[in-house]
Amino acid sequence: MNTLSKIIIPLFVLIVIFHGLKKKVFIYDTFLEGAKEGLVTAFNIFPSIIAMVFAINIFLNSNILEVIFSVISPFLRVLKIPLEIIPMAFVRPISGTASLAIMNDIFSNFGPDSFVGRLASTIQGCTDTTIYVLALYFGRVKITKTRYALSTGLFADFIGIIASFIIVSIIFGTN
Amino acid sequence: MINKIWALFIGIGIIFTLLTGNIDELNNTILNSANSGVKMIMELIPIIVLWTGLMKIAEKSGLLQTISNFFRPFLKFLFPSLLKDSKALGYISSNIAANALGLGSAATPFGLKAMEEMQKENPQKDTASDAMITFLVLNTSGVTIIPTTVIALRMMYNSHNPEEIIVTAILATICSSIAGLTLDYLRRRKKK
Repeated sequence: MNTLSKIIIPLFVLIVIFHGLKKKVFIYDTFLEGAKEGLVTAFNIFPSIIAMVFAINIFLNSNILEVIFSVISPFLRVLKIPLEIIPMAFVRPISGTASLAIMNDIFSNFGPDSFVGRLASTIQGCTDTTIYVLALYFGRVKITKTRYALSTGLFADFIGIIASFIIVSIIFGTN
Repeated sequence: MINKIWALFIGIGIIFTLLTGNIDELNNTILNSANSGVKMIMELIPIIVLWTGLMKIAEKSGLLQTISNFFRPFLKFLFPSLLKDSKALGYISSNIAANALGLGSAATPFGLKAMEEMQKENPQKDTASDAMITFLVLNTSGVTIIPTTVIALRMMYNSHNPEEIIVTAILATICSSIAGLTLDYLRRRKKK
């Protein structure tokens, strides 16, 4: 599986180039034309990235999440949900780097083959930085009325987290 | 939506930090976060430029069309509102494929292109179209088949079997995608 994901990019590049040659596309000029478009895209998302990183950093550095966890932790203990996973679940929709950092902590404290370690890996694999992606993608096409996009996306993530907990418990046990 | 989230993050963050002290760090955060934003975009720009360049070749040679034809039955079912020969379908397929293989950074340029193409077919330019919402739900519920970053990190910590979480991740992804798409479908229908 791992080698497959390693050769997929080089293989894809090779196919694109040779398919272009075969269809008599002026590949070099076309590449430059597309790259120029990409530069415009990158230029356009620049402000929304700065804006989101600004707001997310202020929020994460305020330590408010830590306070929330300490309030809800007794309830989680009753439900047998490992406490260590909660910060990751909260941070995941807004920052990929921050949630990876938390997973890193979990691995170094409990090991990747512990219940929390497997749970963190599964959650990381089946969810995404929903709020960040929405801000980036809608910002690109200047859409301000997003209707039910956010709540639906977060609902899917929430189900993913619950499902991860159940599935990891069943397949690997809770040790 | 973005207005509210933005105000909420900044408002809660600043007020909470002011209440609990540590104003020095707050100042640091405010002044430095633009910096980390620039760092992030600097990592993104080369990837976006490279992939939009390559994908332009794929678009002109018809390869993109071939890819989207492959996913067509599945996409037609999910995106009934898009035009039959919409270019967006090709970019949506490429985005899903890249995401599925754990190539998150390669997926972003395709996703942005897909949004641009869908915006061309969108009658109300300031409002998200049905297709956009479905695409984002599908995208963010994480159609990852090979979570490369997670596996790499597990290897780093000497996991006995770094790949063992692929199965659980796929099963959980199926649950979250189905849940997200079902809710999306119900809400789309309710509107009409």
